[in-house]
Amino acid sequence: MELNATLLGQMIAFAILIWFTVKFVWPPLLGAIEERQKKIADGLAAADRAKAELKAADERVADEIRKARVEAATITEKAHHQANAIVDKAREDAIAEGQKQKAAAEAEIANLSHKAREVLRQQVASLAVAGASKILQREIDANRHRELLDQLAREI
Amino acid sequence: MSAEAKAGGLTEYITHHLTHHNVAVGESSFWSVHLDSLLVSFALGLLMVFWFWSKARKATSGVPSRGQAFVELVVEFVDGQVKDVFHGDRKFIAPLALTIFLWVFAMNAMDLLPLDLIGYGARVVLGAEHAEHFYFRAVPTADVNTTFAMSITVFFLVIFYSIKAKGGLGFTKELFTAPFHAHGAGAKIALAIPNFFLNLVEYLSKPVSLAMRLFGNMYAGELVFMLIAGLMSMWSLGAVAGSLGFGIGVLVNAGWSIFHILIIGLQAFIFMVLTVVYISMAHEHH
Repeated sequence: MELNATLLGQMIAFAILIWFTVKFVWPPLLGAIEERQKKIADGLAAADRAKAELKAADERVADEIRKARVEAATITEKAHHQANAIVDKAREDAIAEGQKQKAAAEAEIANLSHKAREVLRQQVASLAVAGASKILQREIDANRHRELLDQLAREI
Repeated sequence: MSAEAKAGGLTEYITHHLTHHNVAVGESSFWSVHLDSLLVSFALGLLMVFWFWSKARKATSGVPSRGQAFVELVVEFVDGQVKDVFHGDRKFIAPLALTIFLWVFAMNAMDLLPLDLIGYGARVVLGAEHAEHFYFRAVPTADVNTTFAMSITVFFLVIFYSIKAKGGLGFTKELFTAPFHAHGAGAKIALAIPNFFLNLVEYLSKPVSLAMRLFGNMYAGELVFMLIAGLMSMWSLGAVAGSLGFGIGVLVNAGWSIFHILIIGLQAFIFMVLTVVYISMAHEHH
């Protein structure tokens, strides 16, 4: 144990070292560490935020897709309806047209048969006259017996 | 082993190695300094502090260089230790702890230098004739002056923080009224003396134990290295004993050195933590 003035020298040296560390060494190092910690914390928070945003975007996209699908289904259904309506209408039109055609044809047939009957009636009248004249062997005055002939034709 | 050991044996060798390079600066025996302790401790203190300062100056909060990362590792370690013990503004305490840790660690580490390295250097530089009377102890913490200088400084800080926390009056009052609390005036006066005595012991035991623990560890470590050196130089007892002693000595020396690495760090850590504990005890109002 030889305590001497070395003690004082060491105390001064210690004090100077403490002062220097407190003033120049510690603050910048701890500042850098704390700033980096803050940066890392911010980075992690940003990553979390980005993750949440991504999730929200995914949900939005899924929502949009779902909506689009529903819309597409609606459109298809409507198209089906429309197509059916068009086909139905075409069918109805066709049926109506057909009936019209049929009616016209029937009318014409009726007309023609009527005409043919007229012609036939007249020919029957002349045939009857010719037949009768043959039978009677004498000429029948067509003008005198017109009334009779017409009555005969009507009866045929 | 150096020349004087050959002449005077192991006792002479150890005595030589335990003698400081003493330079008188005044008349009385107090006014002399251990130049070796001062030089080595100043150099190491400056080395550590400037090393950290050089990293602190270029410190970036971005990606740190390897050097900065290492320095930050130490800083964070010390800051974490202080944070655990001291609850308050660490602007002064934490760098104080860092200074103690670095300085004590570096000074302790001088124990790992080969024992006769400096003696050999002195013989080369000064010549064998002068080297006989050249004394140099490389471990400043194996000098009570260094350890007491630190512990007394810490003691002053403890007093300072006590007064800061309790006020000058409160501090003085507590010296006489704690730890034994009395209620009557008579009892108060009767307990004043024992209280003061206990407080005195409590306050003084801190710097003494702090200094003696470090000094004792480093001094003992140095001494063991010297004894191992003695074991390695028994050549005068013959070739067989000499080589046997040398072989065992080499092994033991390696073992003790490796163990001592632990002691070096541990003692630096203990000094730092106890300083923080003492100051936080003073800081906290009770």
